Amino acid sequence: MTTLSRAETEALIAEVLEVYPEKAKKDRAKHLAVNDHSVEQSKKCITSNRKSLPGVMTIRGCAYAGSKGVVWGPIKDMVHISHGPVGCGQYSRAGRRNYYVGTTGVDSFGTMNFTSDFQEKDIVFGGDKKLSKLIEEVELLFPLARGISVQSECPIGLIGDDIEAVSKKAAAATGKPVIPVRCEGFRGVSQSLGHHIANDAIRDWVLDQRDGQEFAATPYDVAIIGDYNIGGDAWASRILLEEMGLRVVAQWSGDGTLAEMMNTPKVKLNLLHCYRSMNYISRHMEEKYGIPWMEYNFFGPTKIIESLRNIAAFFDDRIKEGAERVIARYQPMVDEITAKYKPRLAGKKVMLYVGGLRPRHVIGAYEDLGMEVIGTGYEFAHNDDYDRTMKEMGDATLLYDDVTGFELEEFVKRLKPDLVGSGIKEKYIFQKMGIPLRQMHSWDYSGPYHGYDGFAIFARDMDIALSNPVWSKLVPPWQQGVVAEAQKAA
Amino acid sequence: MANIMIRQAADGGLVFYLPKRDLEASVSSIEFDSPEKWGGELKLDNGGSYYIEPIARPPRLPISLRAKRLGAAED
Ligand code: SF4
Repeated sequence: MTTLSRAETEALIAEVLEVYPEKAKKDRAKHLAVNDHSVEQSKKCITSNRKSLPGVMTIRGCAYAGSKGVVWGPIKDMVHISHGPVGCGQYSRAGRRNYYVGTTGVDSFGTMNFTSDFQEKDIVFGGDKKLSKLIEEVELLFPLARGISVQSECPIGLIGDDIEAVSKKAAAATGKPVIPVRCEGFRGVSQSLGHHIANDAIRDWVLDQRDGQEFAATPYDVAIIGDYNIGGDAWASRILLEEMGLRVVAQWSGDGTLAEMMNTPKVKLNLLHCYRSMNYISRHMEEKYGIPWMEYNFFGPTKIIESLRNIAAFFDDRIKEGAERVIARYQPMVDEITAKYKPRLAGKKVMLYVGGLRPRHVIGAYEDLGMEVIGTGYEFAHNDDYDRTMKEMGDATLLYDDVTGFELEEFVKRLKPDLVGSGIKEKYIFQKMGIPLRQMHSWDYSGPYHGYDGFAIFARDMDIALSNPVWSKLVPPWQQGVVAEAQKAA
Repeated sequence: MANIMIRQAADGGLVFYLPKRDLEASVSSIEFDSPEKWGGELKLDNGGSYYIEPIARPPRLPISLRAKRLGAAED
């Protein structure tokens, strides 16, 4: 638990970089920065969205992961075919915990893995025939699927299969949308390009399907964009919006449906939670349909209140009053949570390393509990994400982009946070070092963390992690004297 | 030539967006800004500059346009 000054943090970065060869050092130095509130544009102090260095341990995913895993996968009433070898889909199956309502295998398919299971002969002779056969089989076995998306894995682009042609034919034969997505894993530097490709596919194949059709609109129609309903997040958000008088027409894409996506161009306002993965489609809808979009943040009461008021500002007094009503109604609950957990958690220091929106969005929630975020970083952010992050983080705190396994370990060793928020790959490394870790991708099989209900769970989970008696038992009793002496000597 | 998008910023200014590179920047100056003639050279707050063929001021923003890069942002 140490707070470093600016000079000390800079020295720490330099020290950690010392082990790299000259060229790697130069490259990595651009991705590590000390937050400086006087810098307006993040690109002046941190570089992002660049290819990871060969040879280091990076924590990024691929474009297929960004499209199938993040954007398309949660659309529950469609069958998403992982087109290519079996592994890409199978090893990521249901890993993101996008909750949904429905009967899996009948009308919902979220946790199932559909794959064309490429073999050598498919690579040699092409897999188009196999794909059309697969689509026929899907149609036969799962007649209630509303559509199919073909998520390309690496080999598809390499062998030059024409999935667009197959999809068109299959769509004509089945009368349902069949959407080819060119999200081969080798495209781009991280999953981020996969989000973009997935957004473009939605734009080209889905969004305009109901243009000009009748729609019973109300002035209070909104869409939740970029909430993946991890552990029920979107539900905990949706009830707040509905309580203030809005009508949520669509949820993208957690617990979402194809029909909801097609109806989204009819809404009055797009509410964007994960900016990184879905800003593209929001920008498109703003241009084509004139739908404004705004970013909001439902982590922790301070940000929730701020967001509810900002959302209400787009609407009339009825909604504004509704927002105040919601805020007032949940205030006693917030007070109770903070009264219970703040004394236990106040002053604790946290380091984060996640993706998407969380490295900045959850800062407020920690601060509501009296905790402090002393370092944060993204796997696959772009400069616009860091622009937004620098305002949220304290001055002279540490920022790390696409951090390597080595760097993160060294930073944690030196900064000694009380808690690390990252993923499964980091969890056991840090826990063996004696530092509690909460997985901030999957909420460590808990959640939701969005909304007021989520905040209660968030606070409890952080307390569970920190107050676990195991952390005082890391040194066995027969070594306790030895360790104490060694520490005294050091 | 690159596809770009110009948006209205919340503070009344213009925002430049280059989808290909996911680059977002404020427009610090626009050469022509009258109802009949709008566009020309755009100077961005990140140091870059782009040229868009002058057109009548678009009735609604955002708008996607083709732009030529004049000076790259230092990066
Ligand atoms: S990089 Fe290619 S092979 Fe690897 S998981 Fe992604 S799509 Fe599959």
